[in-house]
Amino acid sequence: MSHSQTETGAPTEQGTLAAALRNRNLILGGLLTLVFLGAALISFVWVPYDVTQMAIANKIKPPYAEHLLGTDHYGRDILSMLMVGARTSIAVAVLAVGIGMVIGVPLGLWAAAKRGSLLDEVIMRGNDLVFAFPSLVIAVMITAAFGPSATNAIVAIGIFNIPVFARITRSGALTLWNRDFILAARVAGKGSARISFEHILPNVLNLLIVQGTIQFSLGILAEAGLSYVGLGAQPPTPSWGRMLADSQTFISFAPHMALFPGLAILLTVLGLNLMGDGLRDLFDPKLRRGRT
Amino acid sequence: MLRFTLTRLLSLCLSLAVASVVIFAAIEVLPGDPASIMLGVNAQPDTLAALRAELGLDQPMAARYLDWIGGLLRGDFGISYTYRTPVVEMIGDRLAVSLPLALFSLALTIVIAFPVGIWAAARRGSVADVAIMGLTQLGVAIPNFWFAMLMVLVFAINLQWFSAGGFAGWDAGLFPALKSLTLPAIALALPQASILARVMRSALLDTLSEDFIRTARAKGLSRREALWRHALRNALIPVLTIIGMQFSFLLAGGIIIENVFYLPGLGRLIFQAISARDLIVVESVVMLLVFAVIVVNFLVELAYAAVDPRLRAR
Repeated sequence: MSHSQTETGAPTEQGTLAAALRNRNLILGGLLTLVFLGAALISFVWVPYDVTQMAIANKIKPPYAEHLLGTDHYGRDILSMLMVGARTSIAVAVLAVGIGMVIGVPLGLWAAAKRGSLLDEVIMRGNDLVFAFPSLVIAVMITAAFGPSATNAIVAIGIFNIPVFARITRSGALTLWNRDFILAARVAGKGSARISFEHILPNVLNLLIVQGTIQFSLGILAEAGLSYVGLGAQPPTPSWGRMLADSQTFISFAPHMALFPGLAILLTVLGLNLMGDGLRDLFDPKLRRGRT
Repeated sequence: MLRFTLTRLLSLCLSLAVASVVIFAAIEVLPGDPASIMLGVNAQPDTLAALRAELGLDQPMAARYLDWIGGLLRGDFGISYTYRTPVVEMIGDRLAVSLPLALFSLALTIVIAFPVGIWAAARRGSVADVAIMGLTQLGVAIPNFWFAMLMVLVFAINLQWFSAGGFAGWDAGLFPALKSLTLPAIALALPQASILARVMRSALLDTLSEDFIRTARAKGLSRREALWRHALRNALIPVLTIIGMQFSFLLAGGIIIENVFYLPGLGRLIFQAISARDLIVVESVVMLLVFAVIVVNFLVELAYAAVDPRLRAR
């Protein structure tokens, strides 16, 4: 998809900015992401209509001037629901990525620092094990065991982010450990923990940002799926997946109720994916190729 | 190869053992006593105690775990708390929907992804390539249950080509049964086909930049000939790995799509069992899905090592 122009050499500060501006994926993805983040932020101070108020007289109205995206089966404004629902998606996805990073990154750094040891082996085999589980089934099981709630959805999604970040951190760190500047740091007497955090971590940050963006988008899809089957955020907290579940009964005569939440998910995930691709191109022109 | 297989087999067994402990422990935390749910609020304490004894709920946790595992190994999954029928039969009935659904969508995934991925790789950088890659970006981002709902709206409600949900049953004949699985299979396949097409394309492009392709080109093969004769076979290795992962994903991922179409598969079973606190059914279905995923991954890894000897040394 991306055939932009970051072809040559190590960028200078200005070069990076210019490359960023010429990177179509980054611009488009960034814009979509900004709309989504903006909608969530604005909803804290202003929404067109209060989403906790039902207005049954006004229920299931297709889009018109006063309700730009129409109303749902309780007469709530769909645009307002989407704005508040964006907060739920962001909160769940950000925290799930946070869990993955906070636990996965140190594990990856530790495994790389002790590369080849039993510890490394245990960490990596543990990762394989978590990886082998069908994440959706386990998420269903966790939310079933501890009750459906946004918190349990976060934990369920977050657990599967841990091996992702541990792996990518370890593989990024392994190549760095052979570099001269790390050798210099060791000669200077720094311990491996200090080297990991002072020298390795800043150098794998790019990788982590790109992967974080991708996991963020996967988190949004997962949250939508869980709340669609009733295992995510509970009513009255609006969430996109829940809105889709509610709309299903009315789909034959009120398709707008299903259309807009789905589009919101699609565009947000698309935006984050494009941004992830764009960031990767920006950080490492050599890796530029269709993401899988 | 034997040594590789044995070590992998050992790690397979270890994974399954850990998985079973995790699943058992998680389900044990589920609130609600199955015996009191089965008998209702007016149950006499002594009947309750009798039922708890019959279900083995009065046993210590370790004993119940061993009992459960021993049963699984013998193919005895226990008796459902709510339906009082053997869990094995219930799962068998549901598997008759879920497994064909997964296979159907896997077939669709491959049939869509291969030509698309190859076509895009052969025309790298062209308008067609850019357009296809753009479409696959959409395919990856689309929530499959939403796509399923849209298809119901268009093909079932408006055009009335398909029924909006339910399963015709295999007794009704092959065609009606497959027909009721078609929309769900497409919904499951679309995002997976998008992913696979992207993998196919990038694997081909990777291979095409290697030295042996340059040699083939130097010997006079056109780019397209080199792609078909040499690159494709080598690009298939990463593609096959992804297909293996996708099969387990489709099997497990069906549980949400089954809900959209009211299909009587494993997904519906697990949600019903959760709300009825039918722990033994939940445990068994989850274990079965985890087992399927781990075993498929294992087989893929073996196949991979058989094809590429370098991996055995790992």
